[in-house]
This record gives sequence, structure tokens and C-alpha cells, in this order.
Amino acid sequence: MFESPTIAEFVTQSNLASTLPGTLLVAWTLLLVLVDLFAGDEREHWTPLMACLGLGVSFVANLFVYASAAGQQTALYGMFIADAFTGFLNIVILVATLLAVLMSRDYLKRAGIHRGEYYILTLLSSAGAMFMVAANDLIVVFVALELLSIPLYILAAFRSIKNDGSELALKSEESGMKYFILGAFSSAFLVFGAALVYGATGTTNIPQILEIAPAVVDAASSATFYLVVGAALLIVGLGFKVAVVPFHMWTPDVYEGAPTPVTALMSVTAKIGGFAALLRILVTALSVLVLVDGGAAAWQTTISIIAALTLVLGNFVAISQRNLKRMLAYSSIAHAGYIMVALAAAGTAGTADSATQGALVYILAYMFTNLGAFAVVMTIERVDGGGGNIDDITGLARSRPLLAMAMTIFMLSLTGIPLTAGFVGKFMVFAAAVQAGLVGLAVIGVLTSVVSAFYYMRVVVNMYLRESSGELVPALETIYVRWAINIALAGTLIFGIFYPLASNLVSMVSIT
Amino acid sequence: MNAIGTEPYIILSMVLFLMGALGVLIRRNAILLFMSVELMLNSANLALVAFAREWGQVDGHVFVFFVMTVAAAEVAIGLALIVNIFRERQSINIDDLQQMRG
Repeated sequence: MFESPTIAEFVTQSNLASTLPGTLLVAWTLLLVLVDLFAGDEREHWTPLMACLGLGVSFVANLFVYASAAGQQTALYGMFIADAFTGFLNIVILVATLLAVLMSRDYLKRAGIHRGEYYILTLLSSAGAMFMVAANDLIVVFVALELLSIPLYILAAFRSIKNDGSELALKSEESGMKYFILGAFSSAFLVFGAALVYGATGTTNIPQILEIAPAVVDAASSATFYLVVGAALLIVGLGFKVAVVPFHMWTPDVYEGAPTPVTALMSVTAKIGGFAALLRILVTALSVLVLVDGGAAAWQTTISIIAALTLVLGNFVAISQRNLKRMLAYSSIAHAGYIMVALAAAGTAGTADSATQGALVYILAYMFTNLGAFAVVMTIERVDGGGGNIDDITGLARSRPLLAMAMTIFMLSLTGIPLTAGFVGKFMVFAAAVQAGLVGLAVIGVLTSVVSAFYYMRVVVNMYLRESSGELVPALETIYVRWAINIALAGTLIFGIFYPLASNLVSMVSIT
Repeated sequence: MNAIGTEPYIILSMVLFLMGALGVLIRRNAILLFMSVELMLNSANLALVAFAREWGQVDGHVFVFFVMTVAAAEVAIGLALIVNIFRERQSINIDDLQQMRG
């Protein structure tokens, strides 16, 4: 029953060229292992430089693939999909990784843990994220998710390779362990969910699930039960990854304990991967799970409730945080809530595309702003792990005026003030929610944004209006982290001031 | 040929999955937590194989191989982390990991 394919058939069906952005990055990572081996004492310079080059190569390949791709194309016998959605998110992932690598160079040196493996793991994790946004099959979603997560478990515990019993090493170790256990736990939910969906439909291919699912729903047999439970387990599994309430418990501890550049990276790439998979699975495959014909998808209510809970809890708990990284962790939970609002809006037939575009613009804005904020936090941290509290930044405007200004702009963007990228993202998400008839959810989003202004502005007030109590923080600023902050700042402002730019970039995106 | 239908296998795999999930929530020893996660993954494998038999396809079996490979990679990382933690604290009780609060 299985005929071996001809070579021509193999070439067209596998379409390897369109997987190049991800596969080139993996190949480059393997090359990096060799470079690190032979660079010797020079590896401190060569490995990060080569890592940045690899990201550049992948970036160029990405531009070629998506410039030549007319509409969309699948690869590897339909397991991969290369469309505008993938291309856009690939660019966001690559820029995020570049910023994280720039930050890491200084962090590792200061902490005395400069090892080449760090960059290799970072690149592998990003390749996993790139495969995940291109996944068109539940098997690929799972494998890519693990390629994304497993390097992050190690990176979260990376500070503990210098086993000096310091508080930082202990925290990093604890962070890695907690992330690992919760990550493996959530993967198990994802696999079981995928198994049940496979059992109900007989396929793991996402577009094929879309074709078969209506018959399964109509049959009202045990297969229907498997499909619904499977979909719920997939939401739980991916919900852990993107850290939405009630699956967020691990986030503050993991984000606080992990080395700051790793926190910055995982707060962006892991969320992108998770949301891309959620969008593909829910909007593409399971949009047929409708309650009434022509109405909203059945999962819309669930996602709306999760979004509302996430917005409220993330923003309110962030108020009471004293540690900046912990505050940003709760803020990242809250931002996952805003992206969830877009996901809920994608459940209404007809607004799926505009909601997806809103989610992508939000992710772009969040990437620049969040990485920038973490870069500033990294700059003012001390080697012993102190200096990361909200009181430690008092008087920063006097000692480091430019750094304080950058932090102010990041805080304004996280709040969603006009002329920053954060505003454009929030505007598009709320517009999509209103268009989808989820006015209540949009109102909750706007109100919680007002709440979030309270803790973001407290940072600004501390920097500008309060006199420093003790000595001023001796801010570390070298060329690399300064570049990371500059790029993040440029992105935040450019996409904020020229606001049609972001929506033009995503105007081609459609995943239905 | 199929003397036993698919349903009993799925019920068994669901029971195993719940046992694993409860184990993760109740157990405090890192190694036992870890074994519970493995139980959850393997219950999914059982479900996949049972469904693959029902559909008469190899897709499910292929998925199982991927799950097994990934689980092995996870074991390697997890045990390394556990060894690291034991060296530092002479304990692998998850409740001892509370450097961070708030």
C-alpha cells in the first residue's frame, strides 16, 4: 500500500528550501560547537560573534523564502507550513534572539560563567521556536516545543555552573528545576491532548483535522468526546508554556531566578511559540467546533475567561512586587493575557484574520519593549545579585540619564501610551475584540491597562522624582548591552510613531 | 482480530495519566515527581498506539517514537539538574526549593 516515491516527487513534496530559515540555524549551531571547540581562549569573542552571524544568515534565508513564496507553501509532506504568519514570527524570534545574545555577552562575562554552550543552547532554542511557528502537524508542534524548551531548562539553571553556593547560583538552580518540572508536566498534557485529537480524527495534520472534525462533531460518539477533551488538554499544555492564569504559578520564580538575558529570551520566544501553536490549532484546526452554525467557536468562552483572569491577576499582583524581575514576570503574565484577548477574538468567524494580525503586532511590540526593559534591569544589577529592587533605581535619572530615559520609554510602551509600539499593539487587539463582539473583554483589557500604569509609573517616579537613599548604582554599560537597548528603543519608537508600519507588515497574514 | 476494542485501552491510559498527574501534584521527592511525569507521557503513548491500531495507520506509532526520544532527552536534563541540586543542598525535596518568595 505504500509506494516509494520518485525523486522528483520527493523534491516537490519535501520542499526543503522553505524550511531553510530554521534548518540553517540548526546547521549553524552545529558549526558553532566546532568554532567554540577550536576558538580556545578567544571563544569569549568568537562564539557570540558567530552566533550573531548565524542569526543573520537565518534572517536572510527567511527573507528569501517569504519574498519568493506566493501565498503559502507546505514542506516535508505537509508537516511544515511557510506562510506570512511564519515569516513574520521568524523575524520577531530572530531579532529577540539577537538582542538576548548581545545582552548575554556582558552578563556572562560579569558573572564569570562565560561558556560557549550558552550561545549554542540559545540558538537551538530559537530554532525550536521557529519550527514551532511553522508547525502544521501536532507531531511537529510537540517536537518543536521540546526543542524550544529543553535548552531553556538548562539556560535557566546556567548560573549554577559556577557552584559557589552564592544566592544567585542557588536561585538559578531552583529556577531551572521548577521550569523543568512544570515544562515536562505541561508537555505531557500536550501529548495526551494530541493523542486524543489523533484518536478522534485519525490524523495529526492540522488542515486535515479541520476537514475531518465536522463529521466527528456531528457523529456525537466517543470520538466527539476525545476531540473535545483533547482540545482542552492542548489548551492546558500550551497555556502552561505561555503562562496564562491558572497555569502561571511557575513564572515568577523561574523568571526571577534565571540569568537575566535568559529571562528576557524565554519571556519572548517561549510565548511566541506557544501562541503560534495555539492560534494554528484553535483557529485553523478547531474553528469547526461551533455551538451554533455561523457563530463563534466553542472554545471562545474558555479562552475569554482565561484571558480575563490573566489580565486581572497579572496586573494586580504585579503592584505588590518589589523585585524588578519579579514585577516584569507578572507583567509578562498580564501581556500574555492581552494576546489571549486577541486569540479569543479570533474565535468569531470573520474576525479571525484581523485578530491574528492584532496578536502578531502585539507580539512584535512586546518583544522590543520587554527585551529592552530586561536589558536595563540587567545593566543595573550587581554581580552579587543585588540591585534588582525597585528601590535600587531611585535617582537613576541623575546617575544615568540616558538609561533612565530608555527605561521610561519601555515602561510607557508596556503601559500602552500612544507613540509607543505598545499602544499600537493594544489598539489592534482591542479593536479586534470589539469587532468580534467581545466588548466586555476589551473593557477589562482597557481597565487593567490603567491598573498596570500604577506599577510601571512607579518605576519612572523612582528614577526621576525620588532622591537616592544610598549610593548610586554603578551601572554596567558596555557596548553590547548598549546596542541591545538601542535596538529595542528604536523598535519601540519606530513602530509606535509610524503606527501604520506594523499593521502593513502583517496585512498579508491569514491562517484560516 | 481486534478481540478487544480501543476503548478499554483509552480508559486505562486515562487512568494512568490521572495517576501521573496526581503524583506530580502530591509527591515532593524530585525523582518521584519525575517518574510521575514519565507515567503521564507513557500513558499518552499507550493511547497513541491504541488509536494507531484502530485507524490501521503508522502515524500514531511514529508519534510514539518521537515522544520516547524526547522523554529520553528530558530525563538526561532532569537528572543532571537533580544531581546539581543534591550536591548543593543534600536534599531533593521540592519543598526545600524556596529561595524565592512573594
